[in-house]
Amino acid sequence: MTQVPKFTKVQELIYELPIERVMRKDVVKVTPDTSMTELKEILRVNRISGVPVVDGEMLSGVISIEDLIKALVQGDVQAPVKKRMTTRLITVLESESVVEAVKKFAQYKVGRLLVVNDQGQLRGILTGGDITRGLLETISLDYHADEISRYRAKHIFEDIVSDQTSLILRYQVKAKDFKKAGNASSKLKRALDRLGAVPELIRRVAISAYEAEMNLIIHADGGGELTAELQPEVIRVTAVDHGPGIPNVDQAMSPGFSTAPNWIRELGFGAGMGLMNIKRCADSMKLQSTVGVGTQLEIVVHLRQDSGEQQNPNGRKEPEAL
Amino acid sequence: MTSLKEIVEKLNLETVSSAELTDRPVAGGYAADLLSCVMKGAKKDYLWVTLQAHVNVVAVASLLNLAGVIITEGNRPDQESIARADEEKITLLVTPKTTYTVVGELTLLGVRGES
Repeated sequence: MTQVPKFTKVQELIYELPIERVMRKDVVKVTPDTSMTELKEILRVNRISGVPVVDGEMLSGVISIEDLIKALVQGDVQAPVKKRMTTRLITVLESESVVEAVKKFAQYKVGRLLVVNDQGQLRGILTGGDITRGLLETISLDYHADEISRYRAKHIFEDIVSDQTSLILRYQVKAKDFKKAGNASSKLKRALDRLGAVPELIRRVAISAYEAEMNLIIHADGGGELTAELQPEVIRVTAVDHGPGIPNVDQAMSPGFSTAPNWIRELGFGAGMGLMNIKRCADSMKLQSTVGVGTQLEIVVHLRQDSGEQQNPNGRKEPEAL
Repeated sequence: MTSLKEIVEKLNLETVSSAELTDRPVAGGYAADLLSCVMKGAKKDYLWVTLQAHVNVVAVASLLNLAGVIITEGNRPDQESIARADEEKITLLVTPKTTYTVVGELTLLGVRGES
């Protein structure tokens, strides 16, 4: 069984997010000449358990509450921190991804990591809590951006005012291109989804558009164009081609009737059900064809089952369908 | 309701797409090889059993929001179909068994078709 590991959003983020985006930059620090007594006050006031020791811009060590306790026990509290600090430093680069920090936390079992740049200058400090907070913030920002774009798409018909607003989506469909079959209707389906149409309507439009697209691919000599005109109340899907045309439209409409050649049927197309499916999904359909000239199929789906006659109490058009 | 994951395990199906196998409930089943029939008969969250393995199977599954597709008799989708399935987050499963056998096993697991 081939199981490809899948990543969650958080797993993706810890690989993408650089440490500088989640680290804390306002680091409490001491100089090598700060005394252990002064250090005690700094740790107490800031309620922290350790600080980096910085000489000018350069990180030279780290001193913790543990070092302070040892100094107290040994009566060495007047000593400068440079005498008692740890110089074995566990650092991460600010440009590295968060996953590197996660690895170091696991490897060294430390509570904080010092973040430096490639010149060894101290840039910030990082705890496990900072990572959690950074990830949550990033996820919520992404989510928010997604929500906003959805909101904007949804309100296109309210935001853009005209006497009659419609959005026209055109898709070119190539003859006998079975590899791309369904692409146009998939894109249309996605657009309707973005615009916030109700799932049942999306489904009806998608099925109709798919069958119309397939007809263009299977039957039209030079392919054709699939157009969807979206209005606040109605969606009109049109499939137009320039031949060969249907000799007998009534016959074409009867279930099971198909003129598709065998090789196309072997792919699963040409069941003679396409137009029936469209008729079933559409509120109305119109098929016009002239042999040698071309075929025009128009499919209409109303976005509201009451055909848009009712208005809500404040007289505004109810935008629930789109 | 039986989950997709459970079905994959019990029927010993091979996953060829990389969409995560979830506890997504399977609402029912449908079997046919003619795409327009599937368009008509398969419902949202249904599992579709077919011996078709080409890229349009993915298009149909995506348009109908199917829970997944079981491709039977050892037919395997090509790389293009798998790539498309990954893009559309469609689960493609393959098995050497026949459609008839798979449908029988699904029924025993409680996955029913439209009555």
